[in-house]
This record gives sequence, structure tokens and C-alpha cells, in this order.
Amino acid sequence: MTTMAKKRDYSLVGESTRRAIETGLASAEWYHTDVPRKAMKELMQRSDGPAIRDTVIWLAAIVGSAAGIVWFWGSWWVVPFLFVYGVLYGSSSDSRWHECGHGTAFRTRWMNDVVYHIASFMLMRNPVQWRWSHARHHTDTIIVGRDAEIAVMRPPDLLKAALAFTGILDFRYSLPTLVRQAFGSLSEEEKSYIPEMEQHKAVVAARWHMAVYIATIASAIALGSWIPLVLVGLPRLYGTWHMVTTGLLQHIGLADNVVDHRLNTRTVYMNPISRFIYWNMNYHVEHHMFPMVPYHALPRLHELIKHDLPEPNPSMWHAYREVWPVLLRQLKYEDSYLKRELPPTARPYRGEFHEVDMSAAAE
Amino acid sequence: MADWVEACAVDDVEEEDVIRFDHGGRTFAVYRSPDDEFFATDGYCTHEKAHLADGLVMDDIIECPKHNGRFNYKTGAAKGAPVCVNLVTYPVKIEAGKVMIQI
Repeated sequence: MTTMAKKRDYSLVGESTRRAIETGLASAEWYHTDVPRKAMKELMQRSDGPAIRDTVIWLAAIVGSAAGIVWFWGSWWVVPFLFVYGVLYGSSSDSRWHECGHGTAFRTRWMNDVVYHIASFMLMRNPVQWRWSHARHHTDTIIVGRDAEIAVMRPPDLLKAALAFTGILDFRYSLPTLVRQAFGSLSEEEKSYIPEMEQHKAVVAARWHMAVYIATIASAIALGSWIPLVLVGLPRLYGTWHMVTTGLLQHIGLADNVVDHRLNTRTVYMNPISRFIYWNMNYHVEHHMFPMVPYHALPRLHELIKHDLPEPNPSMWHAYREVWPVLLRQLKYEDSYLKRELPPTARPYRGEFHEVDMSAAAE
Repeated sequence: MADWVEACAVDDVEEEDVIRFDHGGRTFAVYRSPDDEFFATDGYCTHEKAHLADGLVMDDIIECPKHNGRFNYKTGAAKGAPVCVNLVTYPVKIEAGKVMIQI
């Protein structure tokens, strides 16, 4: 039974954590669609080619749009360059961080590591801390008290969710966090998922990030110009909207405390530009079920297993329209969620996941 | 004294692949390298309880299917986060077309 009688406690060291461990929700066995080993081996194969191509395009577009910002600074012509640069820096870095963190983007390990560190810096994410938090997210996806990456908690804070599109809240959290970590202090929650032997690495990484920010501020002062800050750091504010638009849809409004990604994760069909920025993470159920499959093989995986998955949302707009009433219901009744319907060809959900008492939501 | 146990036939494992072998309430992973050598390790990842046999073999590396943690399956060495603890490895020999591991 997944009903939570008490208010959710999203702390990673609190009551929900204790309950998740006691009930076996933590580190549980998750549902997987059956895929023959031969097909899965083929899908998991790594290759440097697609990621090198995409990374060259990505870096060239970043350098090109940065050059446009510098060239047109002071005129309105700078706006489209800011728009492109901001999204490349503040949004597409998230998918690069993600795929390279999994080590699936490139076959060659050091290439994954280089892009992972660049993208982590762009996102103001401590690369050590976030590697571990993401491992936890995959172990305990949307398990309250365990998952460190639940974007919208229940009841939803809609103002906070709206502000996320501006990057302000992330910025306000990320920068002080890096400063604190650079001074050698990790929080109890961070220590709960970063192994002791890795904690000093998190401190060193935070110091490197801070050194670059200090150098950027110094160069802005020395040049008497905003341009260094517009190029380094501030895109985390003005370019983050695409990351939030796509990323929020991964799990928002769906079930929590279940061990079937078909219930708590969403696949959304997206346009090719968003898929390039997002590196195919719109196939998110597929990614969570089989994180070994590289981003470029996710469309093939989707074709192979879609008979066993809920119907994907046909567009981002459709997904947001679907989730909005659920968020409003959750304001009154936080146990309310959107149950994903399975096609007749799918294996059913485990029965107990259907048994959440929704009567209060209908009142 | 450790015993030699028949894990599988040589042909049961494809080149550059891994299979699961359960014995005595324990689980093991049996690997066939690209240069046609056989190796054996504990079957579960040392990070979390995931069967390595569902993972991907690339050259000397086995990558865990759950969090992409990597080990050198020949030595058991953990190759970086999120795996920090080495895998236990077991001696392997081939006898009459069978893969034997010493448990």
C-alpha cells in the first residue's frame, strides 16, 4: 500500500527516509520490461561518433554565439545571441552533464569526464556531489526521503516552480552551496549520499569552481565590463528555461513511492531542436528503466518497448496541460497524482500501486 | 579448501560478454573477453545490489546496469564513482569445453 498518512518529509535523513528503508522502498527491485539480451547488448553499445559530432556542434554554437554577444554588445542585435548562448550554456549543459555522468555519451571514458566537468561548471553543480545524488535518484526514483532530485515536492509550491524557469532559485541555492563546500563544509544530507572517501573530492571541486568565478569577477572589474559575467555564470539565470521546461516533465504530477518507472516517469515526444538540447532525455521512462542505453539509442529502445509503456505525451504542451489540474488538486490533497494508463499489450502494474485512497481528492 | 565448480559451457558465453551463474545461494558473473579468455567475479555490483550479468562488457571492463559503475573484471578493480569497492575475482579454468571456477 503506498498511501502516506503523514505529510511528506523530503529530508534525506528524516522520518520518510526511515520509513522508506523499513518498508523496503529504498534500494528496491524495480520493474523492467523484458528485452532479449541480444537486443539489449546491441542497444547498450557505446560509440564516440554521435557524441563527438554533437559536442563539436554544441561547442561551435557556444563559441559562435559568444562571439556574437561580444560583437553586438550594446545594441539590440545582441538579444538573439544571448538567447542562443543562454540556452546552450544554461540548459543543454544539463543533458551533457547527465549523459556524461552516466558515462554513456562517449565510449571513451576521458571524453565523458571532460564534458561532464565542463557541463557541471556551467550548471554550478559540484561534479562530485551531483554524481552521487544522481546515482541515488536512479536507485530510489521519486522515493520520498531518499531521492535527492525531486524537482516538485507535494504539496507543490507553484511560485517556486514558476521561478525555476528563471533560474533564480537554483542560482540562489547553487552558488552559496559551492561557497560552503569550498570552505570544506558538507551538509548532513550531502554526507548521506556521498561516501566518506569521496567527500574531500567534493570540496576540491567546489574550490576549482569558485576559483573560476573569482577570476571571472576580477576580469569584469579589470575590463570595466559586464561581458565576462554575461558569458560565465549569469547564463545559469537567463538560459535555464529550456532545461526546466523539459526537465520538470520527467516526473511532475506522477506517482511517488512506487517501484515501476512507468508510473513515476514520463516520456514526451519533442521537436528535434529540443531533443538536441535535451539529448533525447524526453524518452525518460526508457532511460530510467535502462540507464545503460546511450542517448542516441533511446529512440530505438522506445520503439522496442513502447508496447509495455504508457502512451507518451505527444508534446510538451500536452504534458503540461495534463499535469496542471493534478498540481492544483495536490494543493488540497497531496496524495493525488496522475496515474499513467497502460496499453492492453503491457504487463500490468503491481496491484498495490492502484490502491491509493483518492476519495478526499474528489471532494 | 576452495572447490572447482562447473559454471557453464564455453559456448554459453559470447565473446565480449558475461553471463550469470548461481551456486550455493550465491551469484557470480562469468566473462569471456574479446581475446577469448574467461574470468569470474562476484555477481553483484559492490555499490548496490545489481546483477553485473545484465551489464555491458567493453574490452576489460564490466559496466553495471544500474548506475554505470565500472570494474576491470580481470582484476576486480573498481574504476571510479559510483563504485569504490573492488569486486572479488575467482580463478577460472577450462576443462573439456566447460568453464570451471574455483569458489
